[in-house]
Amino acid sequence: MVSFDRFTLANGLRVLVHQDNATPMAVVNILYDVGARDENPEQTGFAHLFEHLMFGGSANIPNFDGPSQAAGAQNNAFTSNDITNYYITLPAANIETAFWLESDRMLELAFNEKSLDVQRNVVCEEFKQRYLNQPYGDTWLRLRPMAYHVHPYRWATIGKELAHIEDARMEDVRKFFATYYTPANAYLVVAGNVETANVKELAEKWFGPIPGGGKPKRQLPPEPPQQEARREVVYADVPQHAIYIAFHSPARNDAGYYAVDLITDLLSQGPSSRLYRRLVKDNELFSEINAYQTGSIDPGLLVVEGKPLPNVPMDAAEKAIWEQLEQLCSELIASYELEKVKNKIESTMVFAEMAILEKAMNLAYFELLGDADGFNHETARYLAVTEADIQQHARQLFRKENSSTLIYLANEHAQ
Amino acid sequence: MNMLNRTTAPAHFATTRFHLIKPQRLRFANGLQVFVFDSGDQELVRIEWIVGNIFTTEDRGLLNTCVCDMLLEGTGSHNSAQLAEQVDFHGAFLVPSFGYDQSSLTLFSLNRHLPSLLPLVKEILVDPTFPEKELATYIRNNVQKLQVSLKKNSFVARREFNRAIFGATRYGYTPDAIDYERVDRDELLSLFSKQYRPENSSLVVSGKVTDEVIRMLEQLFGDEWQNDGRVTPNDGPPASAPVSTAEPIVVERADALQSAIRLGSRSIQRSHPDFPGLQVVNTLLGGYFGSRLMANIREDKGYTYNIGSGLASLKHGAFLTIASEVGVEATGATLAEIEKEIRRLRDEPVPEAELAVVRNYMMGSMLGSLENVFSHADKFKNTYFSGLDLDYYDYYTDVVNTITPDEVQRLANTYLDYDKMVKVIVGKLPPINGL
Repeated sequence: MVSFDRFTLANGLRVLVHQDNATPMAVVNILYDVGARDENPEQTGFAHLFEHLMFGGSANIPNFDGPSQAAGAQNNAFTSNDITNYYITLPAANIETAFWLESDRMLELAFNEKSLDVQRNVVCEEFKQRYLNQPYGDTWLRLRPMAYHVHPYRWATIGKELAHIEDARMEDVRKFFATYYTPANAYLVVAGNVETANVKELAEKWFGPIPGGGKPKRQLPPEPPQQEARREVVYADVPQHAIYIAFHSPARNDAGYYAVDLITDLLSQGPSSRLYRRLVKDNELFSEINAYQTGSIDPGLLVVEGKPLPNVPMDAAEKAIWEQLEQLCSELIASYELEKVKNKIESTMVFAEMAILEKAMNLAYFELLGDADGFNHETARYLAVTEADIQQHARQLFRKENSSTLIYLANEHAQ
Repeated sequence: MNMLNRTTAPAHFATTRFHLIKPQRLRFANGLQVFVFDSGDQELVRIEWIVGNIFTTEDRGLLNTCVCDMLLEGTGSHNSAQLAEQVDFHGAFLVPSFGYDQSSLTLFSLNRHLPSLLPLVKEILVDPTFPEKELATYIRNNVQKLQVSLKKNSFVARREFNRAIFGATRYGYTPDAIDYERVDRDELLSLFSKQYRPENSSLVVSGKVTDEVIRMLEQLFGDEWQNDGRVTPNDGPPASAPVSTAEPIVVERADALQSAIRLGSRSIQRSHPDFPGLQVVNTLLGGYFGSRLMANIREDKGYTYNIGSGLASLKHGAFLTIASEVGVEATGATLAEIEKEIRRLRDEPVPEAELAVVRNYMMGSMLGSLENVFSHADKFKNTYFSGLDLDYYDYYTDVVNTITPDEVQRLANTYLDYDKMVKVIVGKLPPINGL
């Protein structure tokens, strides 16, 4: 149980405080309700590039990292298709440094040309390191536009192509900041060895004077239901063949999310899971296999991915995956097996309460979803899923016309 | 509106000390050393069985890896599938992990499931069978994974680096597909019986460790884990091989967009009095976001997404390493900048202000790394397996808080020498002037 206090400043900034006196540390976590899905299709990768620029100095503080490190803090950030999340962990006695730093960059960035220049390069190198210079690194650059034709989830957070990042201009940076980096579009969570009264005072002092600004309206085109099986075969310089099958799955706030998450656990959580046990161990078809869902705020994807052994033809490998998926549709699972994946969820949730940063991030994210207290009800929502729910959702998911299949075939010289 | 001064930083306080939880030490009748860290509100524990690696020969380290990884693949009473089922059903994680000097098996579990799980762990530690079929699967899948890894420049760079630094020893050993294929079940069984013995093991228990938990552990791993009286063979230090630094090791990759760079040298161990000071030097050079390598090569030049350095202390050695992946066209320029930054640490005293930032950063991150009882146990393991006790951290704190620019310079001149570093480049090294 993660308890918290909550208040809202006059400018619209929501603040949550979680007190944990077992640690001498504190976390200041700010989630901005903006991600890659909010980007212009011709300027993809921008939300993430912008995240890098947030470390390039603000109106009154030329250098973000120096004062942060001097206060013994560690800071970082990440961008997803849905959100951009910044955090600072530091000794609780120094918490005001985090308020000072974070409020100044919410107030106004420095819009420094040198920083834009350098970070364009840094992000291009990140693009190469993670997506282009790795075997199978471009999977998501291929899978997303296959599964999504309309919704902005059709591009990855890093962007569609290097050119979009290389072309980013300062006027775009200013506009993005003015639109999305407003108090009303942010969620501030302070956790650790802190007191709510003190946090309230600091929040009023440092964030209170920031002008309100509105919360931008989001109007994204929904992805129409997929009507036909989609498929792409790539010949690539990879050491082994690989297969990825993506299915449209429920949105994070949809009641079906929990059943689908448990389906991925049944398929590949732990060494006793179905795909691992049956397709790697009992039948020696794959060297590795996995299933997971993106869990995004708009309807997401459930992905099954695997690497067949060299002697296994791709069509046999693909057929074996489908047999397992179809079995979840045709046969009701045993209550023992459902209990097993629920037990794993339960202990994972208890372990998740061991770290203040994880708690702070979760509170911010659940507040964005509608109510931070939702985090405390996660386990119950998983436990409420029935065997029949699993079957019904499996039938909804595992249809050929709901699938996008990406196959890598290894070029011969790649062996 | 009141006038808020945003240009001046709020006052902050240096962390000058931190509290470490000391373990309760026990020794079970069979010689097993037990360290207990009892703290925390959640009804959960982490239990680690840590076994000292004993190498058959320096070039057969893969056997030790296989024994560690395959412990869960079957016992005299349960097969691989049954073990997996039991662990998963009880919501637990049972994770083997192989390190340079120790192999460990770690159980994460809610307390209420321990009565079901601990007897299984005991079975795994005294009676694993390494079935032939499971071994074949293990080898096949790991050969496949190795092929994928060998396509990653950073992975290849690390292998080349380890080989160059540590030569034909356990630390320099890098298995190839052929090594996997010659692993034999009898060798695994024989190594297992030499290595997995109470007097060669430690048990580290952290979380909500009640008397009942200790009682169960003592019964299963003290009374029932027999010490058969045979003597555990000594783990002698590997013979030292000379490090050749004459030429950079370049592995050409025709299609590379980036080169993986890795350089470094052998270094001093945690037990050396200079170690904490060298950690300060390492942090300055490449150990945090504001480090000189990051500030120059990423934040000023934009050559890379990430560059960093690290200092690793092993049982019989140590090394310092610098690693990055950079655009191929910037490969030579990056090496030149690394050389420049090392030279600057040797030739010029570090400004007091920069040193102060590093001090605060190191103390803050030390404090931050102690947020739950597991991390206290980890701090203890760092010292214990280096033959030190927790007082080491008093010394560490003292050094970090009082080290002078002169001392930093002395350490840089003693332990950092670009010319003598092993240099590995996997990707492309276009010729540039002055290299």
